Amino acid sequence: MEQAFQALLEEWRGVKGNVIPLLQKTQDIYGYLPEEAMRRIAGATGKTASEIYGVATFYAQFRFTPMGKHVMKVCHGTACHVQGADSLDTVVESRLGVAPGNNTPDGRFTIERVACLGCCSLAPVVMIDGEVYGRLTGDKLGKIVAGIGDEK
Amino acid sequence: MSARAEVAVGMSSCGIASGARGVFQALAADVASSGLSCDVVETGCIGACHAEPLVEVRQADGKKFLYGNVDEAGAKSIVESHLRDGVPVTKYLIPEDYAYLSRQTRIILTNCGVIDPESIDQYIARDGYAALRKALTSMTPEAVIEEVKKSGLRGRGGAGFSTGMKWTFARDSKSATGRKYIVCNADEGDPGAFMNRSVLEGDPHAVLEGMLICAYAIGATEGYIYARAEYPLAIKRLQIALRQLEEHHLVGEAILGTAFSFTLHIKEGAGAFVCGEETALMNSIEGQRGMPRLRPPFPAVRGLWDSPTNINNVETYANIPHILLMGSGEFAKIGTEKSKGTKVFALAGKIKRGGMVEVPMGISLREVIFDIGGGIQGDRKFKAVQMGGPSGGCVPESMVDLKIDYDSLSASGAIMGSGGMVVMDESTCMVDVARYFLSFVQSESCGKCTFCRIGTKRMLEILTRITEGKGEEKDIADLEDLAMKVKVSSLCGLGQTSPNPVLTTLRYFRAEYDDHIRNHRCEAKKCKALIRYHVTTEACTGCMLCARVCPTKAARGERKKAHTIDQDACIRCGLCFEACRFDAIEITTGKEMV
Repeated sequence: MEQAFQALLEEWRGVKGNVIPLLQKTQDIYGYLPEEAMRRIAGATGKTASEIYGVATFYAQFRFTPMGKHVMKVCHGTACHVQGADSLDTVVESRLGVAPGNNTPDGRFTIERVACLGCCSLAPVVMIDGEVYGRLTGDKLGKIVAGIGDEK
Repeated sequence: MSARAEVAVGMSSCGIASGARGVFQALAADVASSGLSCDVVETGCIGACHAEPLVEVRQADGKKFLYGNVDEAGAKSIVESHLRDGVPVTKYLIPEDYAYLSRQTRIILTNCGVIDPESIDQYIARDGYAALRKALTSMTPEAVIEEVKKSGLRGRGGAGFSTGMKWTFARDSKSATGRKYIVCNADEGDPGAFMNRSVLEGDPHAVLEGMLICAYAIGATEGYIYARAEYPLAIKRLQIALRQLEEHHLVGEAILGTAFSFTLHIKEGAGAFVCGEETALMNSIEGQRGMPRLRPPFPAVRGLWDSPTNINNVETYANIPHILLMGSGEFAKIGTEKSKGTKVFALAGKIKRGGMVEVPMGISLREVIFDIGGGIQGDRKFKAVQMGGPSGGCVPESMVDLKIDYDSLSASGAIMGSGGMVVMDESTCMVDVARYFLSFVQSESCGKCTFCRIGTKRMLEILTRITEGKGEEKDIADLEDLAMKVKVSSLCGLGQTSPNPVLTTLRYFRAEYDDHIRNHRCEAKKCKALIRYHVTTEACTGCMLCARVCPTKAARGERKKAHTIDQDACIRCGLCFEACRFDAIEITTGKEMV
């Protein structure tokens, strides 16, 4: 990881507008933005650490704690909202024991609330590890979550 | 067209989410094992998202058959019956006169669901890059702009400003840095909208061609596409398309042997709704927090890296090649006097047939919702349609004959926006919808302007209170007062338009607000604090389904005996109501509530 990060800093050195791509690719490497990495990005881009932190905290994509093994995004777009996305939150919370915005204590799941995944015709939807599941009911989602919980 | 038969599978995000990959693999395997002379190919969004996965059989004789809701069994019968024996499979067949598709006018979507979006050759075979060639080899930049002006094209991103005028400003602007930029705004952040995603996934080259023509017209040498990170497939296809442009020398130095040179970059957004605002977007490209800048100076004068910059939306750029090829005169024949061309809408919500819809401007809401969309799910009563996302508004059922054009929509309090159309029925609470949008803009406010930052928070608190049955008479006046203050005291479009969902629901659904405040009643039976779930003893069969799905064990009872719901334990999530197959769960509100 260290090697990949070092190569990344070199690759983007001096490129205009490099801060956000650097943060994105750093998160791809580590799964989140470690403080030390942000300090080194500051050094490599000639910005202050606070400027880098200011940019990182502005955008919803960046995380400052490690991710769970599985990432579940519960969509709360308009179509999902009118089709009952709130009850999906309830199902997730009752099955996994944590509300959206958190990691499960065992680190297996990260649950996020997202604004819109753009699959509105299939509402309500969730995205688990990049796969979209659509036309959900509470019961269907419960079974999907249980299925993922089973495999190790 | 090839003389071989082809089977195309719609592989957009919606298709894949509905199982298109499995269908594609099943088709490929069945075709291979049967030894038929036929290609199984990928295509983009065919548009009928409600019937995904979609498969189109293109016979060697040119005839086409569209299949919907295809599963692996369906794939097998399409191969065995249609491809081998020549007998179409009626069970999955979508009729040729299917109103959802036959009532559309497809210009922007002309290639979507037809070509393989990852093949530049297929794009070129359908007149792709012919408009660029025409512009570069036979038109001056001024003539290109004149043509765009004459077409009457207005920005498809929201505000509806004349595209030709915008280009003129950027062209006429003197650059202090010696550079000019163009940007494509593909940060489709409106919840409930997915038109740009489908165009980028289904026909990425059309957008790139529009950008190249724009760059030539205004004299830009570098451009950016700023795409939402939430759209990984769109970004992947853009990257493929850009690589193909490099291979075909359609970007870089001396494009098509002319003096025109252009470099293009793809920028991934990082998740901030406000970056859909053009000056915030430019800050984001520069690597800063995506906060709007004071205008003037406008981007056309001083934009990206202090250079004149032209920003347009995905769909605006996608219109350009068509305008140059069909001619501004032909283009201007479509639509109304002040709104020319077509508009792509993302039809979703409580609609029977949702998906991508492209219609001429001036069509009525009724035609889109009922003729194309097939009406409301379960034939329930149509209540309103939300247009324009958080900056737009809810148009009520009484205005269903409203014509869809920029000016009629603005007069209604909604906006054209980027084209999200979320249909609502009687089970949608309009106060809850207003609260939903306020909660969205409140969390997406960048925080620069006080009224947007704090005013929306106060408005959200009031709306939350009303949905909890704690509203007071003076809340409405406070909402209206705050709404006006947020409108006039915010720097950017996000803040200025953020009260619109509240103002339109107050204008058309005032009685619902009053009902919540005075009678603690939510007619749509949506607001949790104002409803109770009960089991109707006569209808309950004791199947225990409600008890199984209830997260708090509030629904309980013995097998084959009527169940009950413990009101103290019930969190009113509605899972029992959704699960019950015997309509044995009833919801009460207001005075009936016990």
